[in-house]
Amino acid sequence: MPSHKSAIIEVAGLTKRYGEVLAVDGISFDVSEGELFGFLGPNGAGKTTTINLLTGLARPDRGTIRIGGIDCTRNPKAGQHLVGTVPDESNLYPELTGYENLSFCAALYGVPKQRRQRRARELLDVFGLTAAADRKFETYSKGMKRKLTFAAGIIHEPPILFLDEPTTGIDVASARQVRQIVSDLHSQGITIFLTTHYIEEAERLCERIAFIVNGRIVRSERTADLLQPVQGKNVLRLFISDSVANLFQDMSTAFPRYEFQSASDGQLWVESADPINLAPLIRFLEERGIQVSEARRHLPSLEDVFVEVTGIEADLMKREREKSGGGGAGRQ
Amino acid sequence: MKHWIAFWSIFLKDVRSYYLKPPNISWGIIFPLAWTGMFFIRAGRGLESIPDLLPGVMTIAILFGTTSVLAVTITFEKRQRSFDRLLLAPIPLDLLMLAKTSGAILFGIVSPFVPILIASFLADLSGVAWSLVIPAIFLISVVSTFLGLFIAVSVSQVFEAQTFSNFFRFPMIFLSGLFIPIAALPAFIRPLSYALPLTYGVDILHGAVHGGNIMPVALDFLVLGAFCVGLFMFSLKKVKSAIH
Repeated sequence: MPSHKSAIIEVAGLTKRYGEVLAVDGISFDVSEGELFGFLGPNGAGKTTTINLLTGLARPDRGTIRIGGIDCTRNPKAGQHLVGTVPDESNLYPELTGYENLSFCAALYGVPKQRRQRRARELLDVFGLTAAADRKFETYSKGMKRKLTFAAGIIHEPPILFLDEPTTGIDVASARQVRQIVSDLHSQGITIFLTTHYIEEAERLCERIAFIVNGRIVRSERTADLLQPVQGKNVLRLFISDSVANLFQDMSTAFPRYEFQSASDGQLWVESADPINLAPLIRFLEERGIQVSEARRHLPSLEDVFVEVTGIEADLMKREREKSGGGGAGRQ
Repeated sequence: MKHWIAFWSIFLKDVRSYYLKPPNISWGIIFPLAWTGMFFIRAGRGLESIPDLLPGVMTIAILFGTTSVLAVTITFEKRQRSFDRLLLAPIPLDLLMLAKTSGAILFGIVSPFVPILIASFLADLSGVAWSLVIPAIFLISVVSTFLGLFIAVSVSQVFEAQTFSNFFRFPMIFLSGLFIPIAALPAFIRPLSYALPLTYGVDILHGAVHGGNIMPVALDFLVLGAFCVGLFMFSLKKVKSAIH
């Protein structure tokens, strides 16, 4: 893991309004050199707008942006040579081949001919697209398009990389490959700013995460620090035959070290700082006519922190993941 | 140097992807031929009418050759967001827009040589002042291209680009003195003719081909140049304001 140096992305009071919609509401954050920083939030939270503001595709109404020490607030062109961008849509040229697309994108950054040819071949190989190098982009599958778009973002070897939902809409295998490449780039010392609505992806990849909801950063911390409060917890989910609403008092008396919570769909959540002893608990419930059909240990994750901090149900994020048809970062 | 690598690559890509495609080449040849034939028949005169018609046909070839492709391709690239790639590149915006338009300018410069070549077999062009024709062709190409750019940056849909292009192109055919002398137009329409850039380009060509210009050539060049700068600056402003 590279040692972190000074801030390479500095954002202060960034605000952007589109008509009546306040897309980004006075956000401030720094990203250190070599850091992998994640922006986690649901669709419409302001993630893409933030990337557009940082890369020069949109102008802020208020606030300041410094990239690599250069003030890019009013002149985003000044910092664009330091930046590579992988947008949320695969927006390469349909009429060009995979190789031509990469070569053209490198040329946009002034990469000399021989170097861009070598680099294009190298990246086609890294992304497993060598066999499709001479096929037109329009003939690529969705996953191939996404991978080539990713390659186009790093063709000029930028020290800073903006990734906007890099695994959205692609199959699990491709998503896994993309995540591995993100990890590799990070270990090479590239600063990465990643937006995602996949909680597991953020947890797995990012060193530091900011939760963004309705254009505001509601929490920003190191991933380890975010997870720390929930990691010591033991959580059990019991699938039960009947409601236990009238038993809470008795349960709390019988098991004072446990916390109980019931869900409407026949589930009882049991939480404790100590290991949970299952047998007495099941016996207690069965003596009162409640059958326990299943007990599952729940491993606390960033999802629990996200739900607690933002108030947004993890189910909503999952539905968005399903809607976008992505491989996401499912449990592997 | 880095900027010129980008400029050259954008230019080459556009020429290969758009301008050297068979439909565009045929558009550049068939369309001027059709217009030549139409006005030749309409004029009802012999081959001696060719020098009178040539400036108008050359201008039509340039106008349609430049605006047709540019207005549509930029709008298309904006729609599919590949235009964002250009905006994300560390190239000054004015250089980027020049790179995007230079393919169309080149195509516009080449297009009128089709009617010139045909006319050279049918009429005596020995009296033509080529020293005026060449710079006029260049400036008409530039102004038509920037008109196409202005259209492209003003719309968001491809069909809008096509409709908006015709909104400018067809009136200019009839109002800019291409085939109908401005003096023959109703008096109340004439001020509109002088507000159109092609009027000045065609006037230079009329003067250079058969000595029929109605304004001083220097004034024509000056106004045409001013239209080029004005349209380019306006388009640049529109692109900048689109990044809002």
